[in-house]
Amino acid sequence: MPDTLILTPQQIIRKKAAGEPVEPNEEELIHQHTITVLVENTIGALIRVVNMFSARGFNIESIAVGETEDPSVSRMNIITTGNDRIIAQILRQLTRLIDTIEVEDLTNEDFVERELCLLKVRYNAQTRAEIMDVNTIFRGQVVDITPYAMTFELTGPSSKIDAFINMMRPHEIVEVARSGHVAMKRNHVTATAGGRG
Amino acid sequence: MRYDTHTKTKATQYAGDSLPASDTTVKANQQVMSGAEIFLRSLEAEGVKVVFGHPGGAVIKIYDEMARIKPNFTHVLVRHEQGGTHAAEGYAKATGKVGTVLVTSGPGATNTVTGIADAYMDSVPIVVFTGQVPTHLIGNDAFQECDTIGVTRSITKHSFLVRDVNDLARTVKEAYHIARTGRPGPVVVDLPKDVLLAEAAFHYPEHVSMRGYSFPVEGRQDKIERAARMIARSRRPLFYVGGGAVNGGASEILTEMARHAHIPVTTTLHGLGAFPEDDPLALRMLGMHGTWWANQAVQNCDLIIAVGARFDDRVTGKLDSWAPYAKVIHIEIDQSCISKNVFADCAILGDVKTVLEQLRPYVDEKDTSEWLAEIEEWRQECPLKYKKDDTLRAQYVIESLRDKTEGHACVLTDVGQHQMWTAQYFRFLHPRTHITSGGLGTMGFGMPAAMGAAFGLREMGSEMPVVCISGDGGFVMNAQEMSVAAAHKLPLKLAVINNRFLGMVRQWQELFHEERYSHTDLSDTNPDFVKLAEANHCVGLRATTPEEARAIIEEAWTINDRPVLMEFQVAKEEMVFPMVPAGAATGEMITERLTPDSFV
Repeated sequence: MPDTLILTPQQIIRKKAAGEPVEPNEEELIHQHTITVLVENTIGALIRVVNMFSARGFNIESIAVGETEDPSVSRMNIITTGNDRIIAQILRQLTRLIDTIEVEDLTNEDFVERELCLLKVRYNAQTRAEIMDVNTIFRGQVVDITPYAMTFELTGPSSKIDAFINMMRPHEIVEVARSGHVAMKRNHVTATAGGRG
Repeated sequence: MRYDTHTKTKATQYAGDSLPASDTTVKANQQVMSGAEIFLRSLEAEGVKVVFGHPGGAVIKIYDEMARIKPNFTHVLVRHEQGGTHAAEGYAKATGKVGTVLVTSGPGATNTVTGIADAYMDSVPIVVFTGQVPTHLIGNDAFQECDTIGVTRSITKHSFLVRDVNDLARTVKEAYHIARTGRPGPVVVDLPKDVLLAEAAFHYPEHVSMRGYSFPVEGRQDKIERAARMIARSRRPLFYVGGGAVNGGASEILTEMARHAHIPVTTTLHGLGAFPEDDPLALRMLGMHGTWWANQAVQNCDLIIAVGARFDDRVTGKLDSWAPYAKVIHIEIDQSCISKNVFADCAILGDVKTVLEQLRPYVDEKDTSEWLAEIEEWRQECPLKYKKDDTLRAQYVIESLRDKTEGHACVLTDVGQHQMWTAQYFRFLHPRTHITSGGLGTMGFGMPAAMGAAFGLREMGSEMPVVCISGDGGFVMNAQEMSVAAAHKLPLKLAVINNRFLGMVRQWQELFHEERYSHTDLSDTNPDFVKLAEANHCVGLRATTPEEARAIIEEAWTINDRPVLMEFQVAKEEMVFPMVPAGAATGEMITERLTPDSFV
């Protein structure tokens, strides 16, 4: 249970008053969390989720939304940051919304995450080989090419996309488009029953 | 760290089944009617008895059908939509039922915003139906168009825009279900004009099924047992009871348990009445203007049992030093309140009444005599008091009203000094007899809410008098509803505590802003309240001395066919004490004892 582990400033004061040893303030550290939310597939539902973050002053680092196998349901993948208390609040507030069907924090689960990136870079005869080398290393694909610019498509965890963009920075990046992070729990699906576990 | 307790599971979400047997049988049996009539029939089917409304272009079809079919509920024509929402709140809080508001698009809808926000902060179940321009004009800046759903999104529990007349009845059903269940709150239903004009078969579903909506009822057994162990171990326990205990109907079981285990009870502003304040275990209100002894008890207790309370900043003051020695058991229906402000050592999610009933068999009689003796010392040390002389003071008026009713009245207040004095001096005995605007602190709440409460009590066949205690500042803000109450012959007792100042702001200016009374003097702009009452078909009475105050209260109680406004002209210098300054620690209270100069 999270509420036996989280310490608020107030609880620390209480512990001190009772003469109990106080652990280092690890609980105040800011962590990044990956949260997936299944919501009704309507604009209203989407706005309610986003609005909740803004109305209550929570962060959104990245958000990606798309329809699921059930067309009436969307999956939102939200990357947010906060200490454990804030994250617990975010999860509770999300669950409380009437349009949310399922809320899950994947951060400490075994999960796969992917992001798609389109990157357009200017090239010339001198830089072309090097740019192609980087692309080969990252296993990207060229999806468009003109005499002056190439567009690459790359998928992978966000850290890989970050690294790819960094390697391309010395060259002239014209445009970058990132899809935002989508994630899914690894799971043992049994041979019989269908659906999510 | 796992947050698996917050994960909704699919299995529980299809509990209800709203599907009619089959589409064809439904169509064969059901009459085809206009959206407006479907709307009215849905309200009837929902058991609505009173609608507070104001017509306009977008909802004209509803009013037309209302005149034609004469539905079996009362429509109360309010004179301002804000008054309508507060009336619905008063109705809901007095009866425990859902209040209903019907207004037109644009300005009609925006005028309800304050009331909706108020209901959201105070968990009041109301459904607000707003007209909307026809769907093909939405987004077109049409006449009287407003993005009502957008404007109200962060102040509603949920909202709906009905785009298809076939969804109308089901949406009404869902709106009332959401407003009423779980932690109650306001729901907005936006009704475009073309949907009201379109025709469909009427079928009011018996059940709702919303896969994303569920609320806890029973508390987890392991948590119940853990809470019981914490209570058994505790030597200085304290019940901290909020409005959730009133909403959840937990008053009786709470009272029984506190008396059985000899645990003292302090209540929040909204919790007043959940525990009878004439009981020796009652510590009255805590927080910013709570009693000295209640706040001392909080600061020294070793266990807080929070029941339907949310640890508001007006209760806790500076969080870091609030209740430094206490472990916290938090019994709460809304998971987002758990550990939001104050960490809960044992959080029990569930309906407060159900959870207390589960917990009751595990709680043994306790010996808390030492703890109670300690509290008694604090009670003697700094009792609530004010100077009793020839000057008429607000506290005296409130005590006189209390003496007249012996606590058997439904008391509504506005916002300000009189609100705090009412909380301190009235001594409430029953749940749902103290109704106020706490969270949002809406001036102008009292009068229309009193009207709504009176409709509710009349509907329930209750003879309890409805008393509204207002200040001169707040009363004027919705005074237009007086004539509505008069038209419906509601015997409201309207006490206006007139100190010719915005008293609470004046108090802060005096204490924290070096007595610069910037724009708080109302003597030039106050109306003649007696004439105001008479102009609105009510009776107006005025008192300037304590004797006159007693006399007009007696006189007011002889008038039973219309509202009576009692204007009490009181001393402007009076301040509400004790007081924890905003942001200060609860231990740092200002009391009369420490600042004798505050006495004039």
